[in-house]
Amino acid sequence: MEAYVSLFIKAVFVENLALAFFLGMCTFLAISKRVETAISLGLAVIAVQTITVPVNYLIYNFILADGALAWAGLPDVDLSFLGLVSYIGVIAALVQILEMVLDRYVPKLYNALGIFLPLITVNCAILGGTLFMVERHYDFGESVVYGIGSGTGWAVALIALAGIREKLKYSDVPDGLQGLGITFIIVGLMSLGFMGFSGVQL
Amino acid sequence: MSEMRKIVIDPLIDNNPVTLQMLGICSALAVTTSLLPALLMCVALTSVIALSSATISLIRNRIPNNIRIIVHMTIIASLVILTDQLLRAYAFETSKQLSVFVGLIITNCIVLGRAEAFAMKNTVGLSFLDGLGNGLGYSLVLITVAILRELFGAGTLLGYPILELVQDGGWYQANGLMLLPPSAFFIIGCLIWVIRSWRKQQVEHADYQIHEVHRTDVY
Repeated sequence: MEAYVSLFIKAVFVENLALAFFLGMCTFLAISKRVETAISLGLAVIAVQTITVPVNYLIYNFILADGALAWAGLPDVDLSFLGLVSYIGVIAALVQILEMVLDRYVPKLYNALGIFLPLITVNCAILGGTLFMVERHYDFGESVVYGIGSGTGWAVALIALAGIREKLKYSDVPDGLQGLGITFIIVGLMSLGFMGFSGVQL
Repeated sequence: MSEMRKIVIDPLIDNNPVTLQMLGICSALAVTTSLLPALLMCVALTSVIALSSATISLIRNRIPNNIRIIVHMTIIASLVILTDQLLRAYAFETSKQLSVFVGLIITNCIVLGRAEAFAMKNTVGLSFLDGLGNGLGYSLVLITVAILRELFGAGTLLGYPILELVQDGGWYQANGLMLLPPSAFFIIGCLIWVIRSWRKQQVEHADYQIHEVHRTDVY
């Protein structure tokens, strides 16, 4: 149990996908102008990440990895080179299914998320989470926790940035830095702040 | 001929995918701690984007409109797998440093963006050149950031010492911050500032201005 809590904290703060690994930057910079939309997108990312990382874990360990097809009587088959295509397929399919389920059962949330849901397919934070899970050899429990944690970390960073950018409207920024430039510098400062967590051990 | 040259040259500064269109930033920041992985990443991305644009353009009239994204993704993913396997075969050490970021070329918005915006409407040759130009524009930013970070962070370029470090008896005190994530954000922010002071038309306007008295020149 303790190991899971520690992994969660690490995924949210120390190894924040957005601020330490620069994943999902495009959406991170584009959708952080208002706090409300940032919260919707953050929730969507947490939901998708929590599902895709464990599902890709199962696919990798029971179909793709070296010798994983032993249960089907094919112990010599190594399909790991098909990883990237399968992960992105799983992500695209899951996002589509999630969209349909939400539309049918929770139309309120579906309307709130709107266009952001399909956009998540091409968010590198989602694919990045899966690739890190494979690279670090997490087991099933760890991959669930890592999915929740990394999604939460990304959402926290996004909402915090949106809060800062809302206030930024009132400040007088030099012409050349206006918009994208100043946002980069703010994200840099936030990243510096999050680095303060790097010594945290539970 | 001049049109072709324009397609290749334009994305370098005037319409740069990273600093103006805000695309493909993730990997631009992550692999720039030293020059060698950055160069390898540039080669990988430029070849993927040029080839994927050409391939998509080749079959653009046969792709049904409502499943085009899946088709694009499949083509891009296959090219990325090819690149990944080549890198593992011929540059194993550096490909370890690039870790997951080669795989993440799939979700790099520049690749999908060029496929959607250009390759679906233009001929094979032009799409290839457009992919090449955007790949080079991305590479330009990546290499600039990587040179700054490696030079000031470790005093070396491609592993060769340029600035003599204090611990080796030289004069340069290495700036460790340059090797950490925040510096990448600062450098790109400042790079954007430099480009936009030079090319004024790229400046974004604020939603509204508070100190209008001093800043009438803006409007």
